[in-house]
Amino acid sequence: MTMINVKNLNVWFGRGRDRVDAVKGATFAVERGDSFGLVGESGSGKSTILRAIMGLAPDWSGQITVDGNVISGRRKPAFYKQVQMVFQDPYASLHPRHSVDQVLGETLFLHGFEGIDTRVAKLLDDVGLGAKFRFRYPHQLSGGQRQRVAIARALAAEPQILLLDEPTSALDVSVQAEILNLLADLREERGLTYVMVSHDLSVVGHMCNNLAVMKDGEIVEIMGVDALRNMQAKHPYSQHLLEASV
Amino acid sequence: MSETQGLRAWLLTDTPTSRRHAKYAAAYQGWLSFRSNTMAMIGLWILVFLIFVAVAAPLIAPHDPFEQTLSNRLQGLNSEGHLLGTDSLGRDILSRLIYGSRITLFIVGLVALIAPITGLLVGTVAGYVGGWTDTILMRITDIFLAFPRLVLALAFVAALGAGIENAVLAISLTAWPPYARMARAETLTIRSSDYISAIQLQGAGPMRIITKHIWPLCISSLIVRVTLDMAGIILAAAGLGFLGLGAQPPSPEWGAMISEGRRFILDSWWVATVPGLAIFTVSLAFNLLGDGLRDVLDPKDAEK
Repeated sequence: MTMINVKNLNVWFGRGRDRVDAVKGATFAVERGDSFGLVGESGSGKSTILRAIMGLAPDWSGQITVDGNVISGRRKPAFYKQVQMVFQDPYASLHPRHSVDQVLGETLFLHGFEGIDTRVAKLLDDVGLGAKFRFRYPHQLSGGQRQRVAIARALAAEPQILLLDEPTSALDVSVQAEILNLLADLREERGLTYVMVSHDLSVVGHMCNNLAVMKDGEIVEIMGVDALRNMQAKHPYSQHLLEASV
Repeated sequence: MSETQGLRAWLLTDTPTSRRHAKYAAAYQGWLSFRSNTMAMIGLWILVFLIFVAVAAPLIAPHDPFEQTLSNRLQGLNSEGHLLGTDSLGRDILSRLIYGSRITLFIVGLVALIAPITGLLVGTVAGYVGGWTDTILMRITDIFLAFPRLVLALAFVAALGAGIENAVLAISLTAWPPYARMARAETLTIRSSDYISAIQLQGAGPMRIITKHIWPLCISSLIVRVTLDMAGIILAAAGLGFLGLGAQPPSPEWGAMISEGRRFILDSWWVATVPGLAIFTVSLAFNLLGDGLRDVLDPKDAEK
């Protein structure tokens, strides 16, 4: 069953002469429980697709379907309970004046949960942060710890779909592996569907089952991860990308 | 002894155990870094002293500030029974100064409440909502900014009538636009950041985002700006008093006292100089305090 279906998605910024087409005619589908990768160079429109799905890109056309519901206009609260996003830079995605407790507590409150105190503790446990991190502020945390908090925030709503916008690119190599393993474990435990943006093919090869290669706002090829491992790309750009990453 | 050390350790821990503990610890660490700034501490002590004087005015003032003794007018410094001399109506200048501190605090407190809050509200709403709301609110701000402050305050006082309350109102009405501009500029940078996007994705509405996520980041720079502006506000109030549009006689407002002393400035210089020194000291204290607060509160520095 298809969880996310994107058809002929166009995203642009500005208007008239200043208009920049960030995504052009993107079409792909993600099955329930699948992990789908979007790869490509910087500025190829990978992250913009995620932002368009979440409603953070104002101008777009085409059709986005999530779990059978066509999305349009303002997202409803039910949508946010189903789809959540983890941002690229954990140094920018946490409010500098809010403690971990405030961040998670407010998120839980907004989603209408009860028993917030115990839920915050459980969320911290789930992402491998102990109770001692609960009342810390972002500047008292390392990059990896911050990203764990950001993941906990995304999981607070108990979504089925997680959009990951280069969740490890701002982190040290050793921490990257920890976060990726955490994400892989969480997907297994909760049966989540991932859409993961990355420019790192080895990350995508480790995390995803299928992937789309993007160039200049267009999807040039969609392939399985086996094809990636066997270097069987068809499009010349994907071949070039594979060779460069070996 | 061991108890105070225990308290200190409790406050300095980096693993707080409850919400309140975390808040106290953050406040204590802010206080520690503020305390290490000597100049800011001097400013703070001057203001604490001012507040003490204002509260205890009836107890510490040696004379009635309104009692006139015409036979005893324009006495010099340190004359009999009058440490700072007497003014043209024979009133004790020290006592008037002490009672005047109440008026100064009243002006400062009221302006500090009205102007920044109005500015914060207008600026953050304009910055966050954008579009037409932004255009309309900011053009109104521009209109207020286009007038010289004292001239606009004069016009307000002339329209509302002379008096200290109206002077405060007039100063507040002219003081808010810079705060609105500053809050809007900060909101524009905050609005596009990931943590605002993140809270939008939790379904938070604009009211919650503005009050709980944008305000905490604007308020610290606003507080700093207010303390730095406070000197100007005191001077504006004194200026209105000097022009006869602020506090009315026999009120011992410092600006009005200078105005009265002006006529005798060549023969009896202290009548105008002493309240002038008081205004100078308090303005300086606010500036020093503002400087110190900037180091503690500025979120850009707190990051480091």
